[in-house]
Amino acid sequence: MRAAGLSTGRLVRLAETARAPVGFTFDGEALTGLEGDTVLTAILLSRGALRAAEFGPEARAGFCLMGACQDCWLWQEEGPRLRACSTPLAQGMRLLSAAPAPWPARSA
Amino acid sequence: MSRVLIVGAGPAGIRAAETLAGAGLHPVVVDEAARAGGQIYRRPPEGFTRPPEKLYGSEAAKARALHGTFDALVAEGRITHLPGRSVLALRDGVAYVLGETREEIRHDRLILATGATDRLAPVPGWQAGGVYSLGAAQIALKTQGVALGRRIVLAGTGPLLTLLASQLRAAGADVAAVLDTAPWRAQLSGGVGMALAQPLVTVRGLRLRAGLGRVYHAGVTLERIETDDGGPTAIIWRDGRGRRHETGCDMVGLGWHLRADGTLADIAGARFDWDGAFHQWLPRADALGRAGEGLYLAGDGLRILGADGAELAGQVAAIACLQDLGQPHPDPAPLLRRLARMRRFAEGMARAFPWPAEAVGALPDDTVVCRCEGVRAGDLRTTLPLSGPEANRAKSLGRVGMGRCQGRYCQLAGAEIIAAASGRPPSEVGRLRAQPPARPAPIGAWLSEATGQCAGEAD
Repeated sequence: MRAAGLSTGRLVRLAETARAPVGFTFDGEALTGLEGDTVLTAILLSRGALRAAEFGPEARAGFCLMGACQDCWLWQEEGPRLRACSTPLAQGMRLLSAAPAPWPARSA
Repeated sequence: MSRVLIVGAGPAGIRAAETLAGAGLHPVVVDEAARAGGQIYRRPPEGFTRPPEKLYGSEAAKARALHGTFDALVAEGRITHLPGRSVLALRDGVAYVLGETREEIRHDRLILATGATDRLAPVPGWQAGGVYSLGAAQIALKTQGVALGRRIVLAGTGPLLTLLASQLRAAGADVAAVLDTAPWRAQLSGGVGMALAQPLVTVRGLRLRAGLGRVYHAGVTLERIETDDGGPTAIIWRDGRGRRHETGCDMVGLGWHLRADGTLADIAGARFDWDGAFHQWLPRADALGRAGEGLYLAGDGLRILGADGAELAGQVAAIACLQDLGQPHPDPAPLLRRLARMRRFAEGMARAFPWPAEAVGALPDDTVVCRCEGVRAGDLRTTLPLSGPEANRAKSLGRVGMGRCQGRYCQLAGAEIIAAASGRPPSEVGRLRAQPPARPAPIGAWLSEATGQCAGEAD
């Protein structure tokens, strides 16, 4: 068993490291990615997973990275879900691994 | 002026757009990516610094040419590029498109160049986070400069298996094993056909393979992926002689060559036939890619010929479109001769790197087949006495193919399991009918006001 599999990053940066930092939060914790990272890249460099699976005990960390499998959906504090593999990271994003409570939110 | 809509800005879509623009038409190109190039020539975001030689290796010149051609067509105002958008539905000459807003694009003719995805076979344990498709690992490396794990095992078969392993190693990743389920004898017999059709490409592949040395194993049987809460911890496999091995890892990449994505072709009304050589359903089209009234198909979504074949198929489909419009067009004959050679190469490749039909049909009952919803092989087999051995009815009752990926990653395996359980070939099990939306979409976006636009007319 590895220790704390979900609290260390899954991904490893091999290239393109000279980019400006971009701050965001994931489940309320402040994290930093780089300009040009996708949301998936930025989160999985610090975390082992994006969210829990709905139909099993596993964690979800994306699968196809080309927008076909829909495995990497994430929540945002302000509402709409996003596809982490194809959404560029933006400064100040507030991302969640689970639906914000109460959900579904009442919309105007 | 005729309004032509092209879906997909990979090698096929780009060459189709170029050919139409060359004839004086102004096509609209809708693509999901932010930048044109498709998957194999996918471009990193603006501001990344690795040159094409680093990203695309021996294919760098082709990538540069394609990207340059497309960017010039856009800059000169000869085509309209609508990036970051998905076509969700097609009906009565209107494409229903969703990006940041909803759009409806009217068109008279439609060229679909929607490409392919990895073809996946389930392996016990593959539902864990940290198991990815081979394509995912290549996209991560190319467009983000990251490896998807610290200790990587790549398994499956096909040209991408060897190529990706070489690329990851060159970039400094730790590739613990490359496990090819294709036996040597299949690789040999298919390889002869490949070498006869395209000797240089075949030699390049062999050289990459040789470079992997003892990390590469052929004729492998994959038993299962061991996992804990953090994802994969090891993969258990048997070599060609049946000896059992366990290789520690924290990432597994899986893929068995490619599966044509026929979702939009199906929605547009194309018919499909079982293709024994490629072991999957492929859309029916004439030699130039005509698949219906005003409907043309090109690239890996039509026939899995790879990027070079896709460039040719894109030109050919555009020529068919120009023929039907009664417009002057280039002679397709030389292109068709080159496509025939690509087809021979691709058929050799399909023989060399076969889909593991028997292993999939015999997967243990507790193996997850539908990764979206955790439906297991045993659940599917239990459904069959009620549904009968037909893919769509089995889907309705058993839910294999009903999850968010809409069957893209489970339907071939599901059909193989139904086929094995009912003692018939997968071609008789049928194919899952595609339905709009072609991607999951929020209801709110679907109900929002659409902006209208006509392909080929400046708005």
